[in-house]
Amino acid sequence: MDSVSDQTTPEYKKQSTFKKKLANFFAEVYRIHLFIVRFFKEAFMPPFEFKEVIRQCYEVGVRSFTLITVTGFIVGLIFTKQSRPSLITFGATSWLPSLVSIAIMRALAPLVTALIASGKVGSSIGAELGSMRVTEQIDAMEVSGTKPFKFLVCTRVLATTLTIPILATYTGFIGLLGGYLNVAMNEGTSYTTFMQQVFQPLVYLDFTASLIKSIVFGFTIGIVGSYQGYYSNKGTEGVGKAANGAVVTAMFLVFIEEIIIVQITSNFR
Amino acid sequence: MEKAKVEIDYNNEVIKIRGLKKSFEDFAVLRGIDLDLYQGENLVVLGRSGTGKSVLIKLISGLLKPDHGTIEVLGQEVNNISDKNLQELRIRIGFSFQNSALYDSMTVRKNLEFPLVRNRKGISRKEIDTAVETVLEAVGLSQTINQMPSELSGGQRKRIGIARTLILNPEIMLYDEPTAGLDPITCIEINDLINEVQQRYKTSSIIITHDLTCAKSTGDRIAMLLDGQFQREGTFEEVFDTNDPRVKPFFDYNFIK
Repeated sequence: MDSVSDQTTPEYKKQSTFKKKLANFFAEVYRIHLFIVRFFKEAFMPPFEFKEVIRQCYEVGVRSFTLITVTGFIVGLIFTKQSRPSLITFGATSWLPSLVSIAIMRALAPLVTALIASGKVGSSIGAELGSMRVTEQIDAMEVSGTKPFKFLVCTRVLATTLTIPILATYTGFIGLLGGYLNVAMNEGTSYTTFMQQVFQPLVYLDFTASLIKSIVFGFTIGIVGSYQGYYSNKGTEGVGKAANGAVVTAMFLVFIEEIIIVQITSNFR
Repeated sequence: MEKAKVEIDYNNEVIKIRGLKKSFEDFAVLRGIDLDLYQGENLVVLGRSGTGKSVLIKLISGLLKPDHGTIEVLGQEVNNISDKNLQELRIRIGFSFQNSALYDSMTVRKNLEFPLVRNRKGISRKEIDTAVETVLEAVGLSQTINQMPSELSGGQRKRIGIARTLILNPEIMLYDEPTAGLDPITCIEINDLINEVQQRYKTSSIIITHDLTCAKSTGDRIAMLLDGQFQREGTFEEVFDTNDPRVKPFFDYNFIK
């Protein structure tokens, strides 16, 4: 056992803070694990909240639609514009549509959609549930014999998991339109030719991998936002923290998941 | 309005608490509480802020877990039953929150319908509408049915909060600071409403408050929570017939002596 004098040294305090932080980290990981298990237990058990899921899907779609349209188009346009000089060097501008399509459909569309949704949807889920927690609305649901977790969390997580793949597909097509605009302005390529060249290099795996990625991203955004909000505390400060935590954690996890999924899918190519 | 005489069945305890203890980190809030609530009775729990009054009713409704002791509600041990049974038990307990806790994304109608449609399987649209109109009429706010909570005054929000609990016809009502933050006239209206609920719905209630006017006009029995334990219990007059320095200032301040 450490003597009392040892316990007052700065080294001891530093170590003890580190141990405490580490313990808190693992406790948090365990709580998130329980939260996810609870989601799977409750989401697929009747009674189902179909109406609320549809309402949440609509909310998720509407919240991100404009921003995704603008961002997707700009990403496609800029990516094509920035790639052009390199391809010109090799006299390979005819490869531009293929390059754009691979980049957008494989990586950019799901990633850009997930990042925008983390900001718009994740933060709003965190803030919404957080404010419901601090104003005791979640407790009110609990004591009235209803299941707030099912109504508030499961519906939101299902909505993001279902809607973000749809939004990612939409972002992909909007991004391709942006790319087409640049190609058409420079080479005068027709829309039909451009689209033929776009789909030529894409294989079934590209679409499947993108779809799986978007589903994983959607689930992550929903779970992280809901977890942060559902367990927020400390009044209005907690609401802010929940919204901020939802965005930061979701974005970080999206990048980690992107790396993992890319590594896995590359084994199948 | 004078409180009408009610029939209290002193042989039938709807809530029975024994040796209840609850701490938050190192701070012991409740230090071994014994309490009985009888059928048909309005029991007021008085005490200073931070003495654990709200904690007590959150423990009763199963929102918090006790560190020690037993809580028996309508014959069932709250902390020793399955989630399903707890959910069923909660339908028989109405909880009126201090800040009303109305669902702010829903209209008054949707707020009232929410617990009903989820707890009464196969209920028809007509039955839902009738139930909503009945409770709104009981709290005197029929005209607010399509309004959002943000459009209501503090007193109206409290009433709608009470209506939302009444829609499930609870046997027990738990009121958390029902008159906090309201003007004196609205306080009187809320006190009358609590008495009316007791009469009309035959409920047994625990009313958490530090408002002595509320305690006097609604309580059949008063229990004073001091230092984590019930120190004084009885009628309003009995509780305040003392020179205890922890109790006297409470009375003197409330009645501006």
